[in-house]
Amino acid sequence: MLNYPFLGVLLASLLFFSCNKEEAATRKTNSSDQPAATTKAKSDDVIRVGAVFAMTGPIATYGQESVNGINLALKKINAESIKGKRIELIVEDNKGEPAESANAVRKLIDIDKVDVILGAVASSNTLAGAPIAQNQKVPLITPASTNEKVTQTGDFISRTCFTDNFQGVVMAKFAASTLQKKNAAIIIDNASDYSKGLASVFKDEFKKLGGTIIDQNFTYTQKDTDFRSLLRRVKRANPDVIFLPGYYTEVGLMLKQAKQMGINTPFLGGDGWDSPKLQELAGPEGVKGNYISSHFSADDKDEKVQAFVKDYVDNFGAKPGAMAALGHDGMLVLADALKRAENFNAESIKMAINSTKGFVGVTGSITIDENRNARKSAVVLETKPSGMSFKQKVSP
Amino acid sequence: MSEEFVFFLYDIATYLLNGITQGSIYALIALGYTMVYGIIKLINFAHGEFYMIGAFIGFYLITSGMPFVPALLIAMIGSGLVAVLIEWIVYRPIRSAGRISALITALGTSLFFQYAGQRVLGADPKAFPQAIKVKTYQIGEIYITNTQIIIFVSTILLMIFLWWLVNKTKIGKAMRATSFDMKAAQLMGINTNQIISFTFFVGAAFAGAAGVLVGLYYNTVEPMMGMIPGLKAFVAAVLGGIGIIPGAVIGGLVLGIAENLVVGLWVSTYRDAIAFAILILILLFKPAGILGENKKEKV
Amino acid sequence: MDYFLYLTQMCGIFMILAMGLNLINGLCGQFSLGHAGFWAVGAYTGAAFSVFTNLPLPGFIILLIACLLGFITAAIAGLIIGIPCLRLRGDYLAIATLGFGEIIRIIFMNMDSVGGPRGFTDIPKLSNLFWVYFFVVLSIIFCANLIRGGYGRAIISIREDEIAAESMGIQTFKYKTLAFCIGAGMAGLAGVLFAHTTQFISPNNFTFMWSVIILLMIILGGLGSISGAIIGAVILTLLPELLRLLGPTVSEWRMVIYSVLLILLMLAKPTGILGKKEITFSFGKKEKA
Repeated sequence: MLNYPFLGVLLASLLFFSCNKEEAATRKTNSSDQPAATTKAKSDDVIRVGAVFAMTGPIATYGQESVNGINLALKKINAESIKGKRIELIVEDNKGEPAESANAVRKLIDIDKVDVILGAVASSNTLAGAPIAQNQKVPLITPASTNEKVTQTGDFISRTCFTDNFQGVVMAKFAASTLQKKNAAIIIDNASDYSKGLASVFKDEFKKLGGTIIDQNFTYTQKDTDFRSLLRRVKRANPDVIFLPGYYTEVGLMLKQAKQMGINTPFLGGDGWDSPKLQELAGPEGVKGNYISSHFSADDKDEKVQAFVKDYVDNFGAKPGAMAALGHDGMLVLADALKRAENFNAESIKMAINSTKGFVGVTGSITIDENRNARKSAVVLETKPSGMSFKQKVSP
Repeated sequence: MSEEFVFFLYDIATYLLNGITQGSIYALIALGYTMVYGIIKLINFAHGEFYMIGAFIGFYLITSGMPFVPALLIAMIGSGLVAVLIEWIVYRPIRSAGRISALITALGTSLFFQYAGQRVLGADPKAFPQAIKVKTYQIGEIYITNTQIIIFVSTILLMIFLWWLVNKTKIGKAMRATSFDMKAAQLMGINTNQIISFTFFVGAAFAGAAGVLVGLYYNTVEPMMGMIPGLKAFVAAVLGGIGIIPGAVIGGLVLGIAENLVVGLWVSTYRDAIAFAILILILLFKPAGILGENKKEKV
Repeated sequence: MDYFLYLTQMCGIFMILAMGLNLINGLCGQFSLGHAGFWAVGAYTGAAFSVFTNLPLPGFIILLIACLLGFITAAIAGLIIGIPCLRLRGDYLAIATLGFGEIIRIIFMNMDSVGGPRGFTDIPKLSNLFWVYFFVVLSIIFCANLIRGGYGRAIISIREDEIAAESMGIQTFKYKTLAFCIGAGMAGLAGVLFAHTTQFISPNNFTFMWSVIILLMIILGGLGSISGAIIGAVILTLLPELLRLLGPTVSEWRMVIYSVLLILLMLAKPTGILGKKEITFSFGKKEKA
C-alpha cells in the first residue's frame, strides 16, 4: 500500500512547484506591458498566426471552409511582404468542442508562440478560447462568431463579422416590411446559442413592427434528422412565415421534409444556412422561395467578389460559402492591421486591429467599433435551386 | 365528431407514422447489437459505424449510377465484410480477455472509423442521390412518402428473412446453440469462430441496409452519422431485452414512437431527456427489458 | 509554460474522476456510463457558487466551500439516481446511468441562468496546481484506506459475487449506493476544480463521450487498481495533446492515431496496464489489492 511519508514529500514538492509557477505567471503578465519581445525569441522574418478551427467533428465543414479562405488570402499576402516579414499560419483542430478550443489556444500561445490568433467559428468555441488569449495578451480575431458575448471578454478579442443583434433585426424587418407577414412561428435549435440569440432578437423586433409570434415551444437539437412531427405541430399553428435560425445541416433536411408535408409557408434564416450544401440537402423543391441574411453573396456582381469566387473555385473546386469569405476577410483585416502597426508587439497589433476603419473585403466594408465588433452591411438572399440570389443589401 | 377532434386524430396518426419509420431504422440497427451480444456478450460500440459504412457504400454506388436495389444488397454485403474483418483483426484476439477489454477495443474501433472517415471521406455531409423519386401521397391530412413505405417494406422483409435464418436453417440452429452455450456447441462439432463471424456479418449487413435506407429517406450521409443512431439502437436493444431478437424490434419501435409523440404532443426541448426517462421507468418495472426475464444469476 | 501547467492540472482532475469511477466500476463492479453527468453537476454547482454569491473571502476559501458544495450536490445526485437504478444489473444499469447523464446535460442546456448552450463564462480562476493535487492526494489516501477497511471489503465482495455477499449478511444495496454516492461526489469535486481551472464550462464538455473516456482511463490502467486509474488518466489526458506537438501531419491524424493506439494497447495488455495490481512505494514488494 501507499506510504504516507512519500505522499508528504510529493505534496510538499508540488506546493513548491506550483508557487514558483504562479510567480512566474505573474511576472510574465507584468512584463508584457512593455514590449514582450524577450519572451518570443524566434526568427525575425516571420509573423506567426495561429488558427483554431474545427477540422474534424460535427461542424468541420465550417472550419475547413474558413481555413481555405484564410489560405487563399495568405497566398496574396505572402506574395508581397509586410515590412519584410512573411506570415506563417499554424492551424489547430478544436473538433468543434469548447474544451478542445481552449487546449488549442493554450498550445498555440505557449508552444508555437504565435503573435495573433484567428478563430473560431462556433461562438461557444471562441468563448472558451478567448479568456486565455485575453489573459496572455495575444490578440484574437474571430472571423465568424456572431454571439454578442464573444468580444465582451476583453480588449484583445475582436471580430470581423456582424453580431446576432444586427442579423435578427434585419430579418424581422424583412419579414414585416418587405414580405408583409403578420404571424410568425420560430423554430429554435436548442443546442445552439447562435440560434437562441437570433430568435430572441427576431421576436422582439417583429413584435415591435406589429407582428405576432406564435407562443409555442418549437425546438430541435443539433444532429437531429427527423423533423416531421415537429413540422406537423408548426403547420397546425398556422403561421404565415417561419423563422428558422439554424445551421444548414439540419435546415436542409427540415426544408425538404416541410415540402413533403405540404408546408408552403416561406422560411427565413440566418447565415447558418449559407452553404452550397443547402441546395443539395434540401433539394430543388425544398429550397425554393426562402430568404436568409448573410455576409456575402457569391452572385454579387462586385469585381472583388467575383475575383474571389473565381480564385476559390480554381483552388478548391467548389463555390465558396459565407465561412470561406469570412475567413478570407479576417486574414486580410489582420494583414492590413499588421501593415499599420507601429511594431509587432501584442499591444500595437491589438491597437491596429481595433482601429480598422472602412477596410473593403469581399464581405463588405469593415469598421471595428468601440466594442470591437465589426460594423458592416448584411445581405438578404433568396434561396433558389440554382443557388442564393441577391435580394437586398442592408447597412447598419 | 368535432373538426378539432378529427384533426387531433390526424395528428396522432402522423406522429405514429413518423415514429414507426424512425423506429424501424432503430430496430434494424438494434438487431445487430442484440445478435452479437446474444452470442459473445459484447456491447459492440462500433456497430453504429457499420451503419455509416453501409450508407457510404450505397452513396458511392448510387452516385456512380447503380440502381437502388443492387446498391442496397452490395452495401449490405460490404458492411458485413468490414465487420467480419474487424472481428477477425480486433475482437477475436481479445475475446478470451473478458468483456470489459473487448468493450474498450470496440470503443477504439468506433472512434477509429469516425475519425478516419472524416479524414478520408471528408467531414461535410454529402447529399445522397435520389435513387428513387420521392412521391407524396395525401390521405386526408396525413402525408406519406414512398420512401417511408420502402422503409417499412424493407424492414419487414429483412426481419422475415432473419426469422427464417435463425429458426429454419442449419446455420441458424448453430447460432442459437453457440449463443446458448459456446463450449457445449464447440464440443458438438460446431465451428464457433465461424458462427461468430457469420453473426457479425448478418448484424452489420442489417445495419448497412439501415444506412442506405436512411440515406434515401433523409438524403444525407456523413462520417459521424453512426454515433447517435448507434447509441439509440443500443438503448432500443436493452429496452427490448438485450440478446433477444424480437426484443430489438419492439425496443426500436417503442423508442421511435415515444420520441415522436413527445415532440408532437409535448415539449420538443426535452425530447431526449423524456425518451431516456421513459426508458429508465420501463427498466424499473421490467429490469431486464420488455421481453427479458428477470432472473437472479446463481453462483 | 501555461500549456504544460494546464495539462498537469487536467491530469490531476481526471485522476480524481477516474478514481471515483474506479470505486463504482472497478471495486464495486457496477457498470456506470453516467460519470460525466456527476462531473457536470459538480462543475455547475461550484461555478454558480463562486460566480453568484461573490463572497468577500480569500479565493482559496471560496474554492474549498465550492468543492464541498460540489461534492455534496453530486453525491446527492448520485443518491437520487442510485436508489432506483442500482436495482438494475450489468448493461441495464449502464443504460440507465447513461440516460441520467444525458438528462442532466439536457437540463443544464436549458438553464439560461448558467448560460444555456453557450456555456458558463467568467468563472474566477481559483484553482491551481497545488489545490488540484491536494485533492488528488486526499482522494488517494481516502480510496486506499477505504479498500483496506470493512466498507471496502464489503464493496469488493459485491464485485466478486453479489449473491454470495448477500448470503454472508452484507447489505449489498446499501454498499452499492454508498460506493455510487462517493464516486459521484468525487466526480463533483473534480467538476469544481475543472470549472475553476478552465474558467469556462458548457454542456458540450459533459457529453456521453466523456463518460466513455473516463471509463477508458480506468480500464486501460487496470480495472480496480487505484494506481491504474491514475496512470490511465495521465495517458489519456496527455496522449491527444502530445500528438498535437508532433507536427502538422500527425496533428491532422491525431484522433485516428489515438484510436489505433488505444486498440493496440488493449490487444497487448487486455487486463489494462497494471491489472489489479497496485504500485506501492515500499520497495520491491507488490501486494494485491
